Amino acid sequence: MIEEQILETGKDTREMVINMGPQHPSTHGVLRLELTLDGEMVKQCRPNIGYLHRCFEKYAESVEDYAKVIPYTDRMDYVSAMNQEHGYVIALEKLLEVEVPERVEYMRVIVAELQRIASHLLGIGTFGLDLGAFTPFLYCFTEREKILSIFEKATGARLLYNYMAVGGLMREIPEDFKSDTADFVKTFRPKIKELNDLLSYNKIFIDRTAHIGVLPKDVALNYAASGPVLRGSGVEWDLRKDDPYSIYNRFDFEIPVGKGEVGTLGDCWDRYIVRVREMEQSLRIIEQALDGMPDEGDVKEGIPKRIRPKEGEIYMRTETPRGELGYYIISDKGASPYRVKARAPSFVHLSMLPAISKGALIADMVAIVGSIDIVLGEVDR
Amino acid sequence: MFETIGNILAPLTAILIHAAIPLTIILVYALVAIWGERKIAGFIQDRLGPMRVGGFHGWAQSIADLLKLIQKEDIVPTDASRFLFKFAPFMMFAASYAAFAVIPFSPEYIGSNINVGVFYLLAITSILTLSVIMAGWASNNKWSLLGGMRSAAQMVSYEVPTIATVLTVIVVAGSLNLMTVTEMQNGNDILGFLPNWFIFQNPFLIVAFIIFFISILAESHRVPFDLPESESELVGGYQTEYSGIRWAMFMLAEYADMLLLSLLGATLFFGGWNSPFGEFMAGPFWGFFWFMLKGLLLVFVMMWIRWTLPRYRVDQLMHICWSILIPLSFVNLILVALWEMIF
Repeated sequence: MIEEQILETGKDTREMVINMGPQHPSTHGVLRLELTLDGEMVKQCRPNIGYLHRCFEKYAESVEDYAKVIPYTDRMDYVSAMNQEHGYVIALEKLLEVEVPERVEYMRVIVAELQRIASHLLGIGTFGLDLGAFTPFLYCFTEREKILSIFEKATGARLLYNYMAVGGLMREIPEDFKSDTADFVKTFRPKIKELNDLLSYNKIFIDRTAHIGVLPKDVALNYAASGPVLRGSGVEWDLRKDDPYSIYNRFDFEIPVGKGEVGTLGDCWDRYIVRVREMEQSLRIIEQALDGMPDEGDVKEGIPKRIRPKEGEIYMRTETPRGELGYYIISDKGASPYRVKARAPSFVHLSMLPAISKGALIADMVAIVGSIDIVLGEVDR
Repeated sequence: MFETIGNILAPLTAILIHAAIPLTIILVYALVAIWGERKIAGFIQDRLGPMRVGGFHGWAQSIADLLKLIQKEDIVPTDASRFLFKFAPFMMFAASYAAFAVIPFSPEYIGSNINVGVFYLLAITSILTLSVIMAGWASNNKWSLLGGMRSAAQMVSYEVPTIATVLTVIVVAGSLNLMTVTEMQNGNDILGFLPNWFIFQNPFLIVAFIIFFISILAESHRVPFDLPESESELVGGYQTEYSGIRWAMFMLAEYADMLLLSLLGATLFFGGWNSPFGEFMAGPFWGFFWFMLKGLLLVFVMMWIRWTLPRYRVDQLMHICWSILIPLSFVNLILVALWEMIF
């Protein structure tokens, strides 16, 4: 009967193609997912990207100055701008063979880890919001706000900082930075427990996220996943430990991995809980860095007057809250980079979406997109 | 001649007054409840909520919102089924409003004292499902359609445990008239001080109340069962294409439905307009006060849940209904019947 109808009209009415986005509350920006649905079950998912494309790479080639690229790295992953800058400046420093003062290195690590917490808070909060829990979202934002206030004091901006410079920092470190950060670390620890009670171990939350969007270890490795997504599948891989950059080899911290505690290994809940536990580890790093940071020192003295790297190329990768961010920079001795290529973790993770969303319901789709925690600014660049 | 007009006018006026009283209650309640919900959400989420409009704690916020919604452009999507699209929100409100006719607000006031009150209430609230499907289908939007389908499945399913638990109380009370049911809960005899409310009368009725409360959460689309309009999945569910006053009607109907089901719960389990202190603070006015207080307390619990819990998924929602609540409510019904036979 239905087959006859299909032959007659040429339309298969059992399936429905629906556009999730670009204006949808749960696609975390302007992402369009073309879903082929059978009832509410997703048979096929095709991500369509490019709505936020801002020609980062082309722009980097034409700015006439290596330092002028830094504000643009901010705008790639706008919720973890510090980490984006960090990767770019240390890549350039390696290319230029510039020595960076101790105080600057410590400061960079502290702000990068604070930014990691801020980014994870946003990821966790919006993940809860996608699943219908409104209150944890605001709890997360209250805490994130405190980090942004610390950043505002130090850098003058709340979201896009342009704070790190090649060989140093753009501004002096404020006097009360250390005490502000120490206060935050102290007050934030109990809040993680509160978040766990309210959301992480909530029965409904576990029901919604366990066994959903399972990403097996081998699939994750084949797609070159990184960051919390890879660790959620049980792979202990963190560039801060496995390929240390900056001064991360001086700190003592653990790499939390998913264990399939409430469901299957590599499900949405595992990816979520890895982020929560990473925040605790970031706090540990911050505490150690605050202890080790020298109180005196000029943060601007190491900044070179003009940046003219010799001919050559470099690939530098760092661990951002979302995963491995790599900058590939080619220099032809000119004033502007010959080529800057960014390897964005969100882009890689988004490409796995069709593989892990087959057979999910629409409601699961929302959970899966939330759990891989993409930022569309970084996907499209 | 005047006598004839009088003969026609007098009952007509009576009907109008009887119709106007619940409407006034709903409208005033909706304005207060929407403001209250935002204040409660603010309290739960460590923020203030509306603070500006009207002075004291933004009390006039919902009035301002209403005025804004009335002024909005009335948008009907191009390919929508115009009549059904425009009609659905009003039908939804009409359904929950009509059900207020059999709610005994005070010892002296009930809209219509019919002897099949509970039956009428359950029957007329079924129209809610119809209007949701109507809105979802007529919008000609895929998200709306999904929302409409979800709500059809959800409301039809959850009507079963609701009715089964209401039946449990009816078995104890032996009457379908809500006024009679309330009158039976008069007095303070249980353990010497507890009021004779059904919830205290036997342990199985406590179970019945819990099932009833979960079911009315689903019936009135509240978290964790707010799937038909789940904004983070289905954009706005069946409300996606609605704006302005029609959307306001949906909101009004949703809040009216919450109140209706809470008041039904208060009547069936918490003694309706009976005072918790026996003869103290009893009477028509105090009856109304106690009744609304009980109803609003249940509404408050619904809001509290909304701002705490995440949302269930469609299949889990159905699982809870068909394999937990329905068997439990039927077993409970039998146990209550046996209890009534023995004691």
